[in-house]
Amino acid sequence: MRIASRVLALACLLPLAALAQGKVVKIGVLNDQSGLYTDLGGPGSVVAAKMAAEEFGNKVAGMPIEIVTADHQNKPDIASSIATKWIDVDGVDAILDVPNSGCALAVAKVVADKNKVFINSGAATSNLTGKNCTPNTVHWTYDTWALANGTGKEVVRAGGKTWFFLTADYEFGKQLEKDTRAVVEANGGKVLGAVLHPLNASDFSSFLLQAQSSKANIIGLANAGGDTINSIKAASEFGIVAGGQKLAGLLVFITDVHSLGLKAANGLQLTSAFYWDHDDKTRAWAKKFAARHNGKMPSMVQAGVYAGVLHYLKAIQALKSKDDGKAVVAKMKELPTDDPLFGKGTIRTDGRKIHPMYLFEVKKPAESKGPWDYYKLIREIPADQAFRPLSQGDCPLVTAKK
Amino acid sequence: MTTVFGVPLQALFSQVLVGLINGSFYALLSLGLAIIFGLLNIVNFAHGAFYMLGALGAWLLLEHLGIGYWPALIISPLIVGLFGALIERTMLKRIRGLDPIYGLLLTFGLALVIQGVARNYFGVSGEPYDMPPQLTGGKNLGFMFLPNYRAWVVLVSVLLCTLTWFVTERTRLGSYLRAATENPLLVQAFGINVPRLITLTYGLGVGLAALAGVMAAPIYRVSPLMGSDLIIVVFAVVVIGGMGSIFGSILTGFALGVIEGLTKVYYPEASSTVVFVIMAIVLMVKPAGLFGRTA
Repeated sequence: MRIASRVLALACLLPLAALAQGKVVKIGVLNDQSGLYTDLGGPGSVVAAKMAAEEFGNKVAGMPIEIVTADHQNKPDIASSIATKWIDVDGVDAILDVPNSGCALAVAKVVADKNKVFINSGAATSNLTGKNCTPNTVHWTYDTWALANGTGKEVVRAGGKTWFFLTADYEFGKQLEKDTRAVVEANGGKVLGAVLHPLNASDFSSFLLQAQSSKANIIGLANAGGDTINSIKAASEFGIVAGGQKLAGLLVFITDVHSLGLKAANGLQLTSAFYWDHDDKTRAWAKKFAARHNGKMPSMVQAGVYAGVLHYLKAIQALKSKDDGKAVVAKMKELPTDDPLFGKGTIRTDGRKIHPMYLFEVKKPAESKGPWDYYKLIREIPADQAFRPLSQGDCPLVTAKK
Repeated sequence: MTTVFGVPLQALFSQVLVGLINGSFYALLSLGLAIIFGLLNIVNFAHGAFYMLGALGAWLLLEHLGIGYWPALIISPLIVGLFGALIERTMLKRIRGLDPIYGLLLTFGLALVIQGVARNYFGVSGEPYDMPPQLTGGKNLGFMFLPNYRAWVVLVSVLLCTLTWFVTERTRLGSYLRAATENPLLVQAFGINVPRLITLTYGLGVGLAALAGVMAAPIYRVSPLMGSDLIIVVFAVVVIGGMGSIFGSILTGFALGVIEGLTKVYYPEASSTVVFVIMAIVLMVKPAGLFGRTA
């Protein structure tokens, strides 16, 4: 009896002791768990983070790893208040994913103020590693510049000289339009006009008719998720593609293609950092992921969360400490990255993770062997050309070094 | 070329037509809401969820039983309507006669539950639903390309709206219904089964929402959130038209579709708010709505 109670007492003390010293590595996955970006990140990103932690046996440098999760509902104020509470009250060390550029910029600021680690996978704005860069941010998967550069350049090269944009009316859409505009004009193309549509608009036929009467060769979709899906569907219905104008999806996720169906989506060109059917390593990982996520294949955002957690844990292992966020991110930048999904790469001074990007075309229904067999590779954009050159980003960390 | 405020007349025509198409969805949905409110005094916040269930039903029928669009157009609203009747029987019946706020809370909660369950199983990106082959393609009207399916939507909406208006305002059944809402006890005394009448009415309103859902499935995508995106606008339509006025909600449905369409040309950023601005103005000038009978 006495021994039993002593053991019990000890067992009670143990987690307390661990807490008191902060010796748990706590990773928070903060994303959209219920709205329009749920499928591309959402619970799947949490699965991805867990898979990365499990590869370390849920333990790093002697500290157990714990993963927490929350829904930011695509509202920057909610995102920043969760981030603040996580860090101040719950002792979270790193915040992952955070799609929605508005939310991402808000969280980046909180994390920098409190000197923790922010590894973004879901958001697109290139400002995260540009004028809003911090020594605590790593932007893993993709950004508006890379998307514009991939799809924009290729489409202009293939003869799409005049453009009209359908742009989601918030930070992300405007940034994507601006970046693509620059690429189009630099490659000899011309932008004839643009229309801003509200986020989550239900009907796109009005906007598409405006695009149609502009007579531009290419209608650039500077939007995401459900908005992109509805634009593409309405465009095929209103005979816009049949009329000779082409669509360029500037941010299309595999979950969007799945929802559109190949009949509506075939022929669409898109830029992505990851495709599950790329090689043996990505296939093996994707199978394991799908088994834990209702049979759904991972999106590039979920892949980025996995790889980001993996590299974060490697940095902590090398550093044997997790408390100083700046030091951890500095270590992440110092160590070369290597994971089964993105291969070998690096993280730049401005926080930009560098890897190749891929230009894909969506297969025709006849070419696809079944669900999730959607892309064919058109071109690999080498790592050194895929992202904005360090000197052009206006990141204070870079300019300060000069 | 003739222009109106800097927009070519041709482009303006096409935007008005597109607005009418969207308006027919608003009309179909607000019709069901107006019936349920006008005759049962229930503010049916679950309307968007039933609309979504209609679309989801059509998708499930196709995916699991191989039943196509045309049969689904009848089967799916029927099933969802029955489900609605069941909810009326088991839940809404118990709060009859209480303040309408209880009905609002109950149906709002129901909407969240239905949507949450659907989201859990189907995700938010939605599933594709193909257009029936008979209605693909379209006609070139000179000023725009009108997809056949959209023309079909307008046609169905106008027919259904006329039919419903006719049944409630001009037939014996409609007069029973209206009488039963005025004075249920008296009507019951004449030997009419009022509770059954009410259940049927609710089922009908819900079925109309489900039908709109099936109509919408090929245009948008079948997604658990499709109803919640639309329901707020539809409520605004009903409020502007006058709560409970069937004719009013049909007319405002189409009119607001057109106004929204024109806003998308002149100032697209405001297109998602223009309906609510109009609502605020109407409420200030005529608190009962444009066609409302009582305040």
